[in-house]
Amino acid sequence: MNAMTSTDAPALDISGLRKSFGKAEIIRGIDLSIGKGERHAVIGPNGAGKSTLFNLITARFAPTSGTVKLHGKDLAGLQPFQINRMGLSRSFQITNIFPAMSVFENVRCALLWSHGYKYSFWNMVGRSRDLTEGADRILEQINLTSRRDLPAGVLSYAEQRALEIGITIAGGADVIMLDEPTAGMSHSETDYIMDLIRTVTVGKTLIMVEHDMGVVFGLADRISVLVYGEIIATGKPEEVRGDARVQEAYLGAALEAEH
Amino acid sequence: MSDLKHTDIEDGTEQITTDPTDAREKMRAGSMTYTLMPWIVGAVLLVIMPFIFTSNSALTIMNQMWITVVFALSYNMLLGQGGMLSFGHAVYAGVGGFAAMHIMNASDFFASFPLPVLPLFAGLFGMGLALIVGSFSTRNAGTVFAMISLGVGELIAACSVIIVAFFGGEEGISGDRTYAMPFFGNEFLQQIDVYYLTSFWVLLSAVLMYLWSRTPVGRMANAVRDNPERAEFLGYSARWVRFYSFVASGFFAGIAGGLFAINYEILTEENLNTASSGVILLVTFLGGVGFFFGPIIGAVVFTLVQTVLSLQTELWAFYAGVLFLATVMFFPGGLAGLIMMHVPAFKTGRAGTLVMPYIKTLLPAAVGVLAVSALVEMTFHVRHAATGDYDMTLFWTTFNSHSLLPWIIAIAVAVLAFWITRRNMPELRAAWATANTAREGTV
Repeated sequence: MNAMTSTDAPALDISGLRKSFGKAEIIRGIDLSIGKGERHAVIGPNGAGKSTLFNLITARFAPTSGTVKLHGKDLAGLQPFQINRMGLSRSFQITNIFPAMSVFENVRCALLWSHGYKYSFWNMVGRSRDLTEGADRILEQINLTSRRDLPAGVLSYAEQRALEIGITIAGGADVIMLDEPTAGMSHSETDYIMDLIRTVTVGKTLIMVEHDMGVVFGLADRISVLVYGEIIATGKPEEVRGDARVQEAYLGAALEAEH
Repeated sequence: MSDLKHTDIEDGTEQITTDPTDAREKMRAGSMTYTLMPWIVGAVLLVIMPFIFTSNSALTIMNQMWITVVFALSYNMLLGQGGMLSFGHAVYAGVGGFAAMHIMNASDFFASFPLPVLPLFAGLFGMGLALIVGSFSTRNAGTVFAMISLGVGELIAACSVIIVAFFGGEEGISGDRTYAMPFFGNEFLQQIDVYYLTSFWVLLSAVLMYLWSRTPVGRMANAVRDNPERAEFLGYSARWVRFYSFVASGFFAGIAGGLFAINYEILTEENLNTASSGVILLVTFLGGVGFFFGPIIGAVVFTLVQTVLSLQTELWAFYAGVLFLATVMFFPGGLAGLIMMHVPAFKTGRAGTLVMPYIKTLLPAAVGVLAVSALVEMTFHVRHAATGDYDMTLFWTTFNSHSLLPWIIAIAVAVLAFWITRRNMPELRAAWATANTAREGTV
């Protein structure tokens, strides 16, 4: 998607990232490098700053200090739509779709920019076969073909989450960021969504925030553990699970419950 | 919901029908005619209307109606499609109209092109103003946008008495449309000529505005309206999307202003003040912002109230206000929403079961409303008629408004009518439920 970027730069490079809201420092110096094609999970207890980190990366918030580089290019001062055009796409923790529009149209809107339609007012979207077929293909991938013409707002919660993932990947971004895609889901729904994420992100860089390590264990190449605004461990899932500090800070209870 | 409807129709043209026995696939197969049909019907109506309503006053009313249609549709590009609530939309129509008047008065230039081109210039002036205002007002939607639109509206309305050279002060600017280059020998001396000129522009503008809503930027206007943040993460700047909609809307508002200039040959401060901006908001909302054709219905109904009803009663604005209030409170989807509510029942073929319950409730309700309006009129007559003038005429009956009998009759009719309505309501509700539950299985 991006010809201008150097090939050996990591997909995402975060260094010295800090964020304060008033006196409270939520993100306290984060360094993290995520390689191309890596599936990286950021886990941590509630209030650890996972979503804040996410919002810093995607320019929803401006960092107090530090830099975030996408494909080697600094994101400071860019608007969300500019970052998106550089090949980064994100989902939201709270379902964030276009509820009044049809499921099909939700996906089609996500395709418009990457298909080069931009702000054109001389094209008819209904006549563009590439858009219709592309959107239908995405719907197939996220198993919502049967819901195609319903308003997105009437879908079940799990379906809306699936749609959100569909919207996130539709634009063809090579870096996908998912913010707690399984939040509030039952076990079977969680398994379903994780399978979906696995298939739709093949060949892409995935950064995913999750509350529960068990959910990402089988999917992530590497896991970072975020506690009180700091990353206390980064590594392969097995290493992280074995890390004493991680167990002490966060995983103890979860692991006991698992075994 | 509106988008959904359109999606069904529009995308149907690209769909390969897989199962022709499926009702929906059938509809898709024939959808090209389905899409074009309303436009053809509209064009035919525009052409034949003057043969049905031949009087000059009817032509004037229809011209007024079509101008309001363009104006309301352009307003809905902001409100309905873009989620931008403007309290100053009249300035774009007004400035377009004033520009058209000045062109009319620039005799050499005006004589160099035929009159039907004039609205285009007016549109460009409306668009020019929208370019300037939109450059800062579309940064935000919501309250900020609404307040800026109000401020700019007041500002330009105030300018009309300050910049007399352009706005003509209190008497406005007048001109003569017949000085244009004859258009195939036609100098637009007669009302009927102006009617067809207006009709042409109404149809063209409506088609263009409809097509606009089908383009990428038009579709994204809906997305930005629903969820600007999500739209930004799809690669679109919410601000630019709003800006394009705003500029396009200014263009079509300007066309409405140009048509006004041609029709009335005079523009005054009234054309761009806040009251006019308020009226177009009312018209659009009355028709329904959720559907493309909503503002058309709103414009037709409102113009009828404004012209036909105002001949019958001085209180027409009161009734228009009540109608607006009732719409906002009980049918937020407007008249268009009310119509579209019945589509499922029609699709399942059960709309027929609603006819009798409707007659049983709506007929007495209408009688009740008339009785109440009679009370309103009688009160008005008692309070405002000249002293000693006791005679009033209502529903083709002349009576003494100061005697007790008409009051008793009106109150009795109102109470009885509403009582019948109320008694028949459950039946309507039940019929409505059956007509709409059947759809579960089929659609």
